[in-house]
Amino acid sequence: MTIKILYFGRLAETVGVRQAELDLTGGDALLETVRQQLISRHPALDDPTIRIAVNQTLANENLTINDGDELAFFPPVSGG
Amino acid sequence: MLSIQKEDFDVATEYAALVKNASNTGAIVTFVGLVRDTEQGLKHMLLEHYPGMTESVIQEIIDAAKQRWDIDDPSVIHRVGELQATDQIVFVGVSSTHRSDAYAACEYLMDQLKTRATLWKKEVTSTDEQWLDSKPSDIKRAARWIENPKSTTSS
Repeated sequence: MTIKILYFGRLAETVGVRQAELDLTGGDALLETVRQQLISRHPALDDPTIRIAVNQTLANENLTINDGDELAFFPPVSGG
Repeated sequence: MLSIQKEDFDVATEYAALVKNASNTGAIVTFVGLVRDTEQGLKHMLLEHYPGMTESVIQEIIDAAKQRWDIDDPSVIHRVGELQATDQIVFVGVSSTHRSDAYAACEYLMDQLKTRATLWKKEVTSTDEQWLDSKPSDIKRAARWIENPKSTTSS
């Protein structure tokens, strides 16, 4: 299955892209499995302050990821 | 009313809209946030957002404020893109029958927006570029609404 990954703020610069697609072999995977896979490529993602949204809603590591999902990794927000 | 936009906003126009849409209103509180200059001299500030999620998070904050206080539909405008020092970044306007609810809801909206809305600031000076972090003071301000859900600023 294929999922979409988005990076925001400083993470987009650290990782070097704003948007990427990731092919996962096999069936559904947990968010934590996907996160570990991405950390192996981009060690900067191994940071407890980074939040992850799945389909635009904050998610925890036990969420199941499905084909076509949109995952967003972002640092603490600083608007206002 | 909620808008994430590149364009500037006019406070008088937004105030007039609040007056027009208000019901039995005795108080309107507005807040405008501006881009601060830095010691190094700000070249510009870049505001990035997550289209879709930013709007839905702010709408959740607006809905929570409407449940908590006796207020009309608030106005929230947040600008994105490239901004200069002293440019307006954010507008929050709240109308209510009484000032205490309007003050409290306006502060709540700003405190929650600063700590929850998916927006990121980058300061660009002539010598440096720096993404800004959430400030501990902002996180503390936002947390007090959990400890004191009925807190108002008028007491």
